[in-house]
Amino acid sequence: MTAPVTGKQIGRSLPRLEARAKVSGRAEYTHIMRLPGMLTCKLFRSTVAHGRIKSIDVSAARALPGVFGVYTGEDIKKVIPDPYYGPAFHDQPILALNKVHYVGEPVAAVLADDPHVADQAVQLIAAEYEELPAVFDEVEAAENKVVVHDELKPATTFADLKHLKGAKNTNCALDFKLRRGDVDKAFAAAAQVFEHTFKTQKVLHLAFEPHASIADYKDDGVTITTASQGPSFVRTEIARLLGWPENRVRIKVPYLGAGYGGKLYIKLEALALALSMLSRRPVKVALTMDEVFYTITKHPSTFRIKTGVDNNGKIIARKCDVWWNGGAYADIGPRVTQKSGFTASGPYDVDNVSIDSYALYTNLSPAGALRGFGIPQLVWAYESHTDMIARALKRDPLDFRRQNLLRDGRPHATGTILKDAAIEKVLDAITDRLDWERPFDRGTGTIRRGRGFAIGLKAVISPTTSVAIVNVAGDGSVTVYCGTIDMGQGSDTAMAQIVGEVLNMAAETVRIVPRDTDVTPYDMGTLGSRSLFHMGHAVRLAAEEAKAKLAALAREVGEPEGSNAPIAELFVKKFGMRAGNIVGTGTYKPDYIPPDPQTGQTANATPFWMTAGSGAEVEIDTETGQLRVTRLINIADVGTPINPKIVETQLSGGALMQLGFTLFEKMHIDGGQVTNASLADYKIPGIHDVPAVMENEAVAAYQSNGPFGAKGVGELATFGVSPAIANAIDDAVGIRLTELPLTAEALFRALRAKQGKPLEDE
Amino acid sequence: MADTRTIHFTLNGRRVSAEVEPHHNLVEMLQGQFALTGARESCGQGLCGCCTVVVDGKPVSGCLYLAVFADGAELVTVEHLDSANALDAVQEAFIACGAFQCGYCTPGFVLMTKALLAEQPTPTDEQIKDYLSGNLCRCAAYPEIVNAVKMAARKTKAGQTGAPGNAV
Repeated sequence: MTAPVTGKQIGRSLPRLEARAKVSGRAEYTHIMRLPGMLTCKLFRSTVAHGRIKSIDVSAARALPGVFGVYTGEDIKKVIPDPYYGPAFHDQPILALNKVHYVGEPVAAVLADDPHVADQAVQLIAAEYEELPAVFDEVEAAENKVVVHDELKPATTFADLKHLKGAKNTNCALDFKLRRGDVDKAFAAAAQVFEHTFKTQKVLHLAFEPHASIADYKDDGVTITTASQGPSFVRTEIARLLGWPENRVRIKVPYLGAGYGGKLYIKLEALALALSMLSRRPVKVALTMDEVFYTITKHPSTFRIKTGVDNNGKIIARKCDVWWNGGAYADIGPRVTQKSGFTASGPYDVDNVSIDSYALYTNLSPAGALRGFGIPQLVWAYESHTDMIARALKRDPLDFRRQNLLRDGRPHATGTILKDAAIEKVLDAITDRLDWERPFDRGTGTIRRGRGFAIGLKAVISPTTSVAIVNVAGDGSVTVYCGTIDMGQGSDTAMAQIVGEVLNMAAETVRIVPRDTDVTPYDMGTLGSRSLFHMGHAVRLAAEEAKAKLAALAREVGEPEGSNAPIAELFVKKFGMRAGNIVGTGTYKPDYIPPDPQTGQTANATPFWMTAGSGAEVEIDTETGQLRVTRLINIADVGTPINPKIVETQLSGGALMQLGFTLFEKMHIDGGQVTNASLADYKIPGIHDVPAVMENEAVAAYQSNGPFGAKGVGELATFGVSPAIANAIDDAVGIRLTELPLTAEALFRALRAKQGKPLEDE
Repeated sequence: MADTRTIHFTLNGRRVSAEVEPHHNLVEMLQGQFALTGARESCGQGLCGCCTVVVDGKPVSGCLYLAVFADGAELVTVEHLDSANALDAVQEAFIACGAFQCGYCTPGFVLMTKALLAEQPTPTDEQIKDYLSGNLCRCAAYPEIVNAVKMAARKTKAGQTGAPGNAV
């Protein structure tokens, strides 16, 4: 190992602080932890998509030797009378009550010392349901012919959901509207109008550490160790369910075997708590991978987009209707609907925009945020659509985009002025690398080649708060308390670099305390690429306060101005021995103006814009539909890269994850039942799926209000991958696919249809 | 379910015994009786490689390998590779190349890389990909992993093994 580097910490490609623990197999994850005296939970799940529970017979399960207890939703009510949870709606019961709303919903829980006994007991449980009609498609759900919930129960957290309290006969958990200019008038005046509809499929996070929570309930307090991206939220929600002050609820989070949005808000924590209350023992709920398919997924979506252009090819109107398939429980779907919905018109300068974005309940497993908070679904649609318009107008797709690009200083559809969004640089970098102006060999015979690109824009969600503490010990060593969860994105390392920069010390000597709400202050959550900006500011402010206090201490003990006496000596001079602490705190919450509920207009929609894109070259075998992505270019504006190596890994990893969502990942669903709920049947990218050429780059940029010019990275490379590949397919064979994934079968069917020899349906 | 039997085997260089039931797999035994969590279950089907354990010199999926079959065998887990102050060359290369993010799958990749380099000290990119195709990384650090394997091959060839004596 090389010696620690003092001086400049920002921009160092420092290996992750926890690297050694990870390569040696010693890093802690909830799923592999156990407590003395712990019981293990296994779940009995619904086999119907929508039904009234007539009976649950647990007698045989209870009688099995080794079973500690079997519990249903009615048992849960004995310890938590109103057992419904969720970040946007209090709609999800800890175990099903009265009705089941999707196949796979937890209905009963078995506790045993031996997980195999618990598993066996689950097989002995029998439930009877009165089946009800179910709805699975988001557009059908919007017709409200089948209604998933009898009554809507919004949480009090979000002002824009309050009007839905008690609403009946509706599946709509949020209808977000944006209106700018006069879209109808503009369409009437347009030289040409284009309208297309795009769909995305149901996919999921599949973090390799499946969800896990361990609760240890005592009468004076509860400790929950959990694989969570948001311990502060879990604490608030558990305290609410218990009717306790938050200081009696302790949430601990070790490293996460990744999250990608799948471990946000509250998942198994309330169940583990209730079972620990009922059993008076520590309880571990740890899912198997097949159960993860019934826990949380990405939103399937339907996006109908309509664009009017004038005689010069200028986009003058865009109308977006987006339906988000939220599944049976809202989770964070309503926020995805709004916070991503308002960017549905894309990175284009359009005077007349209308957006309607609907969060819909269906009888499928719940959907939440997945690496992009809805943005990849939107970019997929608007960048496919934009390319189709360019082709129809016989315009070069790059030239057409340049003409219509939204540039810094111009108002976005929300009315917020775009600032520090290096969209043009991203577009230039992609197309430079693609050598876009040069002729391209499109192949001959049965092997055809094409290229395409796409760019996306996101506004980081707002308003959110982060708090941090920097603690300088008597020997001068520094400890940081921050609630950002390091789930692989390298946040601990980045925070240490920021603190090291402020305090002029090597980042690798800074310790980040494992997340524990007993000592770690509030953070809204590790989500939406918000942490580096928000928590980065909080740790910067905390470190600056500590630095100021250290300077005051130096003056107090008689050090001359500008003295570089070691910190440890200052403490000795002050206390006569090695003793004491200096504590700096930092709180960061950016300015924000909520959108007008009727028009979605606001002068300050977000503290920072995120922009990124991809370029792709593909090769297609026209005899089989087989598609190879031969080159994938991912370019992003991350502001200042705090750690360039980790930034590159994040860009590369995000793009490869999205490549799976683009080319093959899909949950196959039959009557609400997932028929491929395992890694044997649900393919994710493997080492052979990496394109032969991968190029990742963060363009030179600076976020003027960011910590040292930085902003978030984690989601960026997902934005452009899907439409870049669809656009490349069109370029190669003149076929436009409008539904993900872009499989060989879909392509082959389209090729045959184009030849006038369509295949029969399945 | 109790049909417990005692098995004896070598674990990370030490002779040990364990009480196992016929349905227990290696991961359960290693975590439950030896507090070794480097091999961990993810897919539960032997497809992802997170549970990799080396049995008699061969990497196996610990989630599918019944513990009773370890009777008389020689087991090595990722915990055997490093010592208090030194890492194995493969582990060092994984750190130097940033070949992981969340780290959940990393022990499996590290053990497979050790096995690859034992068979093929200077593998080509294609050989690396073929050999590691049974391990999955959801964070998709694959390009970095390929680089790490190549760096480890160079280091191993140059005799720069960090923790000598802990051969797999």
